[in-house]
Amino acid sequence: MATDQPDRGLRGLPGGKQKYSAFALAKKAMNYHQDWQCAWRDAPPQSEYDVVVIGGGGHGLATAYYLAAVHGIKRVAVIEKGWLGGGNTGRNTTIIRSNYLWDESAAIYEHAMKLWEGMSQDLNFNVMFSQRGVLTIAHSEHELREMSRRVHAIRLNGIDSDILGPKEIKDFVPIINIDQNIRYPVMGGFLQKRGGTARHDAVAWGYARAADDLGVDIIQNCEVTGLRRNGRRIVGVETSRGFIKTRKVGCVVAGHSSVMAAMADIRLPLASRPLQALVSEPIKPVLDTVIMSNAVHMYISQSDKGEMVLGAGVDKYNSYAQRGSFPVPEHMIAAAVELFPVLSRLRMLRHWGGIVDTCPDASPIISKTDVDGLYFNCGWGTGGFKATPGSGHVFADLIANDRPNSIAAPYALDRFQTGLLIDEHGAAGVAH
Amino acid sequence: MLLITCPHCGPREESEFSCGGEAHIARPLAENNLTDAEFADYLFLRDNPKGMFLERWRHAAGCRRWFNMARDTVTHEIVEIYPMGNTPKSKAGKAAHADSWRRDTAAEAAAKPASKSRSKQGG
Ligand SMILES: Cc1cc2nc3c(=O)[nH]c(=O)nc-3n(C[C@H](O)[C@H](O)[C@H](O)COP(=O)(O)OP(=O)(O)OC[C@H]3O[C@@H](n4cnc5c(N)ncnc54)[C@H](O)[C@@H]3O)c2cc1C
Ligand SMILES: [Zn+2]
Repeated sequence: MATDQPDRGLRGLPGGKQKYSAFALAKKAMNYHQDWQCAWRDAPPQSEYDVVVIGGGGHGLATAYYLAAVHGIKRVAVIEKGWLGGGNTGRNTTIIRSNYLWDESAAIYEHAMKLWEGMSQDLNFNVMFSQRGVLTIAHSEHELREMSRRVHAIRLNGIDSDILGPKEIKDFVPIINIDQNIRYPVMGGFLQKRGGTARHDAVAWGYARAADDLGVDIIQNCEVTGLRRNGRRIVGVETSRGFIKTRKVGCVVAGHSSVMAAMADIRLPLASRPLQALVSEPIKPVLDTVIMSNAVHMYISQSDKGEMVLGAGVDKYNSYAQRGSFPVPEHMIAAAVELFPVLSRLRMLRHWGGIVDTCPDASPIISKTDVDGLYFNCGWGTGGFKATPGSGHVFADLIANDRPNSIAAPYALDRFQTGLLIDEHGAAGVAH
Repeated sequence: MLLITCPHCGPREESEFSCGGEAHIARPLAENNLTDAEFADYLFLRDNPKGMFLERWRHAAGCRRWFNMARDTVTHEIVEIYPMGNTPKSKAGKAAHADSWRRDTAAEAAAKPASKSRSKQGG
């Protein structure tokens, strides 16, 4: 059930912004790079917009961009309490794949994958999308069997997926230890060759610049403190920089979704938890793909700078503290060092946490609410970076038309009443 | 990393415990016939406050007993630890309990036998 080609709308900065290219780079070098245009304006909030998007992460910025590029909506603002991409967008381990179990998931993640494949051209911004493959490894008989079931389901949806044995894995990833007598032995795995990574900040910046080119106001350092309603209808947002009138509000605030929902007396099934990651000091290239282990809650890749990027599991209790608990990365590192002995003497350079909005079925919420004109896009939890373009694309469509399209429809909030859950715990809840 | 004082074993490090999420979610009785939407409050919807939170914990790698905790989700300060079946006694804990949207749900009212909850709703 692979999806059709998405409608990409206007592309490549039709609004007249200076384009980035090798030629432009050479030309500006003559001037010592003094006269580059700002990537986006520092827009002061206006008194009224057609749509206000709350949250300047990748999902919010993509939503604003597609509202302008695909739906032609002119007066759009993105309101961000901190800086662009300072939330989970700038904190994640950037793994992108579309190999999920259920049809509903295949539809949205593959929709996103198609948009990734061409995003740098669409936005005229190099998001460094690198389809280096994502290999998920199995450490037990049971996991291996579950994996083959998953691979068949994924293939039926027209999405690339291959099973690999330990020997093939060793050929593909020479630094991996396939000794069967370790705590988490490599018994097999499955590979999505079209999966990979992208530069997370570039995704936020690229969408921001392209949205700005189409007239979207990007307002940073502005916190939304209230959602003003008139009866059942949204009429505006209260912010730290004053009231802004609007009849449509899209909330894309990840870990703070429950806080935002409470402002409109809406309850969500979410739990906000820290998710942690770390990078090592940079070394020469040793890993040219992405490896994930669901049993360990480990995912590893090597950045273009040479740092080993390692992600850990989600903490077990709710927190808004934006830092995690030490035993979580410690457990992950213990297993990682055994699986990749080359890591054992590396020093850790940075370690951080982000607050992720986990949903009971490990699938997102893309939904209208009981308040007319108020929409939520949240619950992406530990794995929403990969969905950034697809999420923004279908959310913009929901806001513009006030009805979900076929990709977004299964993700409505009412699934927690009907029981039509999209249970992706096997594929999403533990790792990425 | 939390240092949690198990009411039975004393202070132990966080890794000995498992967290059971929001406390004080009473199971509605079948006889009270809730709608799907009302039942969803019990089954899926969760309090997720930024601030004081009442939650259940279990000393999984110790005495294996459950208890309740009032904890701030921003500072991680543990304000109170109190037994299962009780409500909090601290000022902050009491306020968190009283202010929770769950107190007003049909699902919570339906945790009491039908005659009682009906008369409560009627009155
Ligand atoms: C350590 C870690 C590793 C991860 N690894 C992966 C991975 O490998 N692959 C993957 O697919 N996903 C991964 N994820 C998940 C992924 O990062 C998120 O699902 C995704 O980035 C969410 O994007 P977003 O735009 O919705 O949220 P965010 O980028 O968090 O943006 C939300 C924004 O809302 C703003 N905001 C909040 N409240 C307000 C307010 N009141 N007013 C105004 N603004 C507000 C915040 O400041 C924030 O900038 C990881 C997450 C973490 C933390
Ligand atoms: Zn104990």
